[in-house]
Amino acid sequence: MKTIAELEAIRKKAQDDVKLRSGSGDVRVVVGMATCGIAAGARPVMMAMIDEINKRNLQNVTVTQTGCIGACRLEPMLEVYEGEDKTTYVKLTPELARQIVAEHLVNGRVLKGQTIGVFEKEEA
Amino acid sequence: MPKETMTAENFQKLDDLILQEKETKGALIQVLQKAQDIFGYLPIEVQQKISKGLRIPMSEIYGVVTFYSQFNLEPKGDYMISVCMGTACYVRNAQPILDEISKFTGIKSGETTPDGKFSLIACRCIGACGLAPIITINEDVYGRLTVEEIKGIMEKY
Amino acid sequence: MELYRSHVLVCGGTGCVSSDAFKIIDLFEKELEKHGLEKEVKVVQTGCFGLCEAGPIVIVYPEGSFYSQVKLDDVTRITEEHLMKGRIVQDLIYKEPGKKEASDSINNMGFYKKQQRVALRNCGVINPEILEEYIAYDGYAALAKVLTEMSPEEVVETVKASGLRGRGGGGFPTGLKWEFTSKAEGDIKYVACNADEGDPGAFMDRSVLEGDPHALVESMAIAGYAVGAEYGFVYVRAEYPIAVKRLQIAIDQARENGLLGEDIFGSGFNFDMEIREGAGAFVCGEETALIKSIEGGRGMPKVRPPFPAQKGIFDKPTLLNNVETFANIPQIILKGADWFAGIGTEKSKGTKVFALGGKINNTGLLEIPMGTTLRETIFEVGGGIPNGKAFKAVQTGGPSGGCIPDAHLDTPIDFDNLISLGSMMGSGGMIVMDEDNCMVDVARFFLDFTEEESCGKCTPCREGTKRMHELLDKITEGKGTQQDVDKLESLAKTIKSASLCGLGQTAPNPVLSTIKYFRNEYEAHVNDKKCPAGVCQALLQFLVIPEKCKKCGICAAKCPVDCISGVKGKEVYLIDQEECIKCGACLEACPFDAIKKG
Repeated sequence: MKTIAELEAIRKKAQDDVKLRSGSGDVRVVVGMATCGIAAGARPVMMAMIDEINKRNLQNVTVTQTGCIGACRLEPMLEVYEGEDKTTYVKLTPELARQIVAEHLVNGRVLKGQTIGVFEKEEA
Repeated sequence: MPKETMTAENFQKLDDLILQEKETKGALIQVLQKAQDIFGYLPIEVQQKISKGLRIPMSEIYGVVTFYSQFNLEPKGDYMISVCMGTACYVRNAQPILDEISKFTGIKSGETTPDGKFSLIACRCIGACGLAPIITINEDVYGRLTVEEIKGIMEKY
Repeated sequence: MELYRSHVLVCGGTGCVSSDAFKIIDLFEKELEKHGLEKEVKVVQTGCFGLCEAGPIVIVYPEGSFYSQVKLDDVTRITEEHLMKGRIVQDLIYKEPGKKEASDSINNMGFYKKQQRVALRNCGVINPEILEEYIAYDGYAALAKVLTEMSPEEVVETVKASGLRGRGGGGFPTGLKWEFTSKAEGDIKYVACNADEGDPGAFMDRSVLEGDPHALVESMAIAGYAVGAEYGFVYVRAEYPIAVKRLQIAIDQARENGLLGEDIFGSGFNFDMEIREGAGAFVCGEETALIKSIEGGRGMPKVRPPFPAQKGIFDKPTLLNNVETFANIPQIILKGADWFAGIGTEKSKGTKVFALGGKINNTGLLEIPMGTTLRETIFEVGGGIPNGKAFKAVQTGGPSGGCIPDAHLDTPIDFDNLISLGSMMGSGGMIVMDEDNCMVDVARFFLDFTEEESCGKCTPCREGTKRMHELLDKITEGKGTQQDVDKLESLAKTIKSASLCGLGQTAPNPVLSTIKYFRNEYEAHVNDKKCPAGVCQALLQFLVIPEKCKKCGICAAKCPVDCISGVKGKEVYLIDQEECIKCGACLEACPFDAIKKG
């Protein structure tokens, strides 16, 4: 290693890999990964989510999984926690997951069409 | 009986080792460590060879060998039983454990059984204080021991 | 880049490895593969998490779930429940002593709350065998800063201003050592690291070597730049095979990546280093003895001056610091001397790592700011004494330290306070003793150690430790008199003032401190011929409690020397004290707790 720039490049790259261990960020994304969730395709959703977050180098977001959120018919679903606020997204695809990152996490605009409220109304 | 290690092949390995380390400053302890890895212990013949090879007086070599507890002048048993007698183990009753093993093997700390099967030592802290009291038998580790467990463990060997 | 949603950290410190940590790692990898999760979940082998009592330890991130005493059978459950379905396996989660609820995350545990990790900051966080992980946590940034922005004098000044004192025992100001070595005349100089951690019950240096070896490599290179040395030696205990292996990996990686070798960061500065393994001699932790041993000879101390800073390894000026001291350096460089000096007490800056062991709930390694009281350390971080027993003493500083009683537990820990209590910081061993430990026996135990480890060069230590040991044997065997206690005390004072090196000068501390604080126990041994804690065999008596005896005769049947008499069903049994060999078989055999020892 001959320059500090080289060291810095390695550091940046390696940091992405270990930031998982720094404890909870300000924003938590929780993906429902019970049997029903997995069967409905939660795994690709979660991986797309993580991939997009890493690509955009978002520092304060952690992605965790949880068991059954309770609305199996709406899986795959995930919840975004920001402080006291909770947004629940349902019937997701990997593409929608990427949109949530871009719109909600980066721009702060909730993806209205995909939230649980909308679907419950439709069904009602 | 312990395996015979004073073979021509092992002495050849020693010669290579000496040749390799001859120019290194202060290499004596490393050479002795590696020689002990080859032979299992450091008999006078081996020390003499190192003395000639490294051009260090025999008195100095013997002095170093007897100074450090790691070096053995006698061959050791097939199974090395080390009972940790660090402070943490001691206050959690390591002494009765050592006594029980002595009773089972019939040897005291620092001795080897006549059939060359077991050697017993009371060793210094191995730093696994969370598992105190602890013993090791070659590579196997037994932690959080009670006197009652000793018999069962010893019978495995 | 590889993408993982979860990291499984498995402790690879010696304590956990002794209880199957490597097998747990293998099994996790197999299980993950079986369930097709190997691309999503990464298994990382780290250094010591510190809470060895609970080992083997597995932590799952991002949740920070702390699984303790994990068995091979548990791996499948953690994989199938937690890693697949996100359900934390509650019954395997560590529960703190005295608490009903399991802690949901490592960040909320009492053991870690009061801690402040500087020297141990990466232990249990990174994989010590991967250079990139060290770099991710600002590794080698301090070396880069030093080589490109600072003059050697500025580095020495920074270390001086931080107030850092040697963590190996003596507490000598580190910055002054650096200054002396940098000013010493000499074409060749060396940097050496004392990793000959010989105090029984202390394992913080091993933990740094195993958990964060690059920190030492980086730090020694910084020291080399500051004092004008181009070569370093690390003297490691041969009993630490995992530490030696990881440090060697770190040195090789640093060399391959140009962090050791020639022209580091294009600055023109060259530095390289090697490991020298010790061969088992406690006295080699003393600096002049250690230097002798690095040179390949008998590790015997010599008179100072000349100090190593003038005449050290191969008679060249040598900077010698211990592992924990070095581990603080990169942080001091990056965060500044003021930051470090802001932690701790007036005369003892920064944090100190302690190895807590003995009769304590949370056995393990902890790093706390200087000035934390002994009571906080033992009862809050350490979780108190197990099995409802009463605290009796805490022994600090290994065989060189003393035993501190309950009355002084509110003392803030720093170098000077511990010395004024008749103990010392030492390398940071802290062994807790409860009511079942006999203080005379403990003093005897330490003398057994120092007598054996005395190198034999100077008479006060060689002969004195032997005589002290003999006197203590006599007292514990019930043959001692009041005069013996007095003789012991005066002998101890002579050895303390007349010995050549630190080993002899501190060897009497366990004796002096136990006489000072627990004189009543000594007096019970010599006057009443009793061991109040019931440890010293020769002074024990096994007695049948007549009111509790059910006349069953089980004790008499178990007695190997047939010294218990009585009539089954009719007469209370009686132990013949003349014949009794004090084996304790009757006590264990009695189903009604009708036999007591006292």
